[in-house]
Amino acid sequence: MKIILNGAPREIADGMRVSELVEYLEMLGQRFAIEVNAELIPRSHFAEHRLAADDRVEIIQAVGGG
Amino acid sequence: MSTSNTDRLIIAGKDYGSRLLVGTGKYKDMDETARAIAASSAEIVTIAVRRTNIGQNRDEPNILDVLPPDRYTILPNTAGCYDVDTAVRTCRLARELLDGHNLVKLEVLGDEKTLFPDVIATLKAAEILVKDDFEVMVYTNDDPIVARELEAIGCVAVMPLAAPIGSGLGIRNPLNIRTIVENAKVPIIVDAGVGTASDAAVAMELGCDGVLMNTAIAAAKNPVLMASAMRKAIEAGREAFLAGRMPAKRFASASSPIEGLFF
Repeated sequence: MKIILNGAPREIADGMRVSELVEYLEMLGQRFAIEVNAELIPRSHFAEHRLAADDRVEIIQAVGGG
Repeated sequence: MSTSNTDRLIIAGKDYGSRLLVGTGKYKDMDETARAIAASSAEIVTIAVRRTNIGQNRDEPNILDVLPPDRYTILPNTAGCYDVDTAVRTCRLARELLDGHNLVKLEVLGDEKTLFPDVIATLKAAEILVKDDFEVMVYTNDDPIVARELEAIGCVAVMPLAAPIGSGLGIRNPLNIRTIVENAKVPIIVDAGVGTASDAAVAMELGCDGVLMNTAIAAAKNPVLMASAMRKAIEAGREAFLAGRMPAKRFASASSPIEGLFF
């Protein structure tokens, strides 16, 4: 299925969970936060939250800024 | 005599020895960022929240590796947000990113050319965030009425601009800044617009509780040296404020005694 990941279309397995997406993107151990369709997904919900087709997923990190 | 041990800046119940808050943008690299921030002695540092580069630069150091949250108070900002919704979303993402740390710098911008705050949207966003248990330090215009309103909403610090963000123009409206300070019960921190050390000292002499700056340090020819200059300016300005300046007079007043002249 197709999702929009950080603004770009991306093919992932149907029904992938957020925790599986994190693993698939090899982001384990990094500091980030995720929202799906403009709703924050707390880390504690990664394992239960299933993605759906056309979900808009944002993965954000800290960067230098004023 | 130094006042740094007794004269502390208290924000949201936590106290700080430094009254200089610094941003972490616009530096050449992470190493320069770290050295400039060390030279500034700042304890509160701002960061921005942006999309990760998925699959790219995986080994690139993150700003939080250079400025670990156990050593610095990390202040995530909502820079780049032009509406209430994106500012609130950004704060929620930042709180999750920082394991529940709820101190944020709210800025809702109104215009790309000036980066002046949209005060109406800022007031709305502040209200939502305070209700959602955030501790909000808020960027605003140098308007005493808006500053009073933001304090009434429950913001933990009000941060009027000295001049447009990144302009280095110095304090354009010192009388308004003074009025904001006199009205306030929460810390007033000048945020944005200082260009050099004397600007920072003036802000502190006006009675501000601190100054937040980024470009004035990062865009100096020698950022590390400017960071050190800013640290001293903030301390000097604060001590001058506490000492209470002499009244200004139009004409001279001799410093040496008139009595005992032998000619």
